[in-house]
Amino acid sequence: MADSFDQIFIRAKQWLLSPISCRAPDWLIQVASSLLNIAALLGVFLTLFALISVLERKILGRMQNRYGPNRVGPFGLFQPVADGIKMLIKEDIVPARADKIVHFLAPVLIAATAILALGVIPYGRNMTPFIIDGGILFFFAVGSTTELAVFMAGWGSNNKFSMLGAMRAIAQMISYELPLIITVLPVVMIVGSLNPDKIVGAQSTYSLGFVPHWFVFTPWGATAFILFFVSGLVESNRTPFDVPEGESEIVAGHMTEYSGFKYATFFMAEYIGMFAISGLGVTLFLGGWHAPVHFLEFIPSYAWFFVKLSILLFIYIWLRGTLPRTRVDQIMNFAWKFMLPMAFTCVIAAAVWHYTGRGLRGWLWSLGVIAVVYVTLSILLDTRRKFAPRTYRFAE
Amino acid sequence: MPTLSMLLVVSAALFCIGLLAALSRRHAIFILIGIEMMLAAANLNFIAFWRFAPQPAPPTGVMVAIFAIAIAAAEAAVGLAMVIAVYRHFRTTNVDQLDQLKG
Amino acid sequence: MSTVAFAGIAILTLAAALAAATLQKLMHAALSFAVMFVGISAFFFFLGAEFVGLVQVFVYIGAVAVLIVFTILLTRHDVGKVRGFNWSGVFVAVAVFGGLVWTISKTKSLSIVPQQIKPVTVQRIGELLMTNYVWPLQCVGVLLTAALIGALILVMEEKS
Repeated sequence: MADSFDQIFIRAKQWLLSPISCRAPDWLIQVASSLLNIAALLGVFLTLFALISVLERKILGRMQNRYGPNRVGPFGLFQPVADGIKMLIKEDIVPARADKIVHFLAPVLIAATAILALGVIPYGRNMTPFIIDGGILFFFAVGSTTELAVFMAGWGSNNKFSMLGAMRAIAQMISYELPLIITVLPVVMIVGSLNPDKIVGAQSTYSLGFVPHWFVFTPWGATAFILFFVSGLVESNRTPFDVPEGESEIVAGHMTEYSGFKYATFFMAEYIGMFAISGLGVTLFLGGWHAPVHFLEFIPSYAWFFVKLSILLFIYIWLRGTLPRTRVDQIMNFAWKFMLPMAFTCVIAAAVWHYTGRGLRGWLWSLGVIAVVYVTLSILLDTRRKFAPRTYRFAE
Repeated sequence: MPTLSMLLVVSAALFCIGLLAALSRRHAIFILIGIEMMLAAANLNFIAFWRFAPQPAPPTGVMVAIFAIAIAAAEAAVGLAMVIAVYRHFRTTNVDQLDQLKG
Repeated sequence: MSTVAFAGIAILTLAAALAAATLQKLMHAALSFAVMFVGISAFFFFLGAEFVGLVQVFVYIGAVAVLIVFTILLTRHDVGKVRGFNWSGVFVAVAVFGGLVWTISKTKSLSIVPQQIKPVTVQRIGELLMTNYVWPLQCVGVLLTAALIGALILVMEEKS
């Protein structure tokens, strides 16, 4: 019974493929199966994108003590439809001296790479769209192609603001790619494989029946998860690291000269990048589609995945509503001077955890390694700037 | 399934296009692009010979290709740094105009 | 089927390479250079070396192509076009290509069809890197560090 709910989408796909699965040649079945996977992926994530775009505005509004959009449909939930219609009927303006081909291809490429990255994440039991042996490497390879697409957007617009925004975006993305990848290294090292299914499988056991063996509950895993999450924030250009799309600083950065549907494509690509990074964080650190306690395993696996994904997305939106924007040089300093050494420390701490036995001793030893490095970095990087006591002024 | 000679012809064509770029363009960055193309063609050769080797074969071709990619990336970085340094000094990237050591 | 795939990938790669070598506008040449690497990575996937294909996309398109476009940006004093094309290079390239094709066609032992293999797994590559190839791995690490430091020193502003 529980199994049938869990595998309901797999059975639906097999039922859809059953007319051709006996008669057609092998490659045709594979192509049809891949197309069904892609259609399902696009359907789910584009709906999630629409939903998150309105939920974000409502949550931000509530955090700012106001209602979000609440006119269109019940509780404003049809707002994405109104936004979509607005974007589609806007005039598509291309600057006269812009490079037409590059200007056109940039949003296509950004959206394509973001959606490609979604293909290797396990969404449930047996529900990975494309099982690649080096799945994690594929994710990062596709993510690093985003930088080239951002550059194409900035250069193709023939606009100084776009160019400056693109350079800032690329500098930021390249700097944070290193901590992003190095924080994934401890997980890959401990599991011994780059296959996301195997990584989820390594987090499937429970000790004492109710403490799951997720990697976030180890000291190196918790540190790596925090570093991964912050790097993911930077890679998706979200506040507090949204210098490339600063509005008050640089108009809209590399997206300045795009209007209408192309701007909607950029917007969509940013959100889908956010989903992909959150999905990867859930897979690597939060146990993928496993339940947190053993007796809750009757709830379908994809439901657990989406619950965890929603929690991470809520934290993204929460950070956007709370923190101000950081300066470009602060972002670079943070990446190279703090995050990179901490990321390397996570690798060493994971090795220490593994070699002192994976129990309580390993936990305490690796916690010690991380604490020593963290305290040393805090002392070394202290700017010794004293701040005046805070004064509050209220409107009279 | 293509034969080994077809694959070798493709990689020879890629090598010669890289040679064309390296020999006939006058911009320093194009020459570097040509060199990268030649390195990629050589990588393709390694993988092709590994694939067509009598089985069971050790994955030597794959390992050499991985190291060759790393070395090519390092060489591209240093080459581009040199192009930037030369541009700062001479304000040109046309290799025909960098002839101060001639004669 | 696989011959069709091979022909498609070969046409894509060679067309992009030719565009990168002959286009006049620098940016377009750099971008078709990136497309060429997608083609070569597709070749690697086709031949069963998936890890190398992924590393190729990661290193070349994610890093080398971005480096090249950045350098093009930092070193331009005119817009777009670069004059100068040396036609003798075309003759040399065609001659070399002719020689290579003649050599390949004369070698009878090269007209072989591959056998079925299992694609080499990432785990196998990792094992080999840590046992048989550990010295090259360390040397490549030292080389990359030296290249990084050297490149940084080359482009540092001189304080004089």
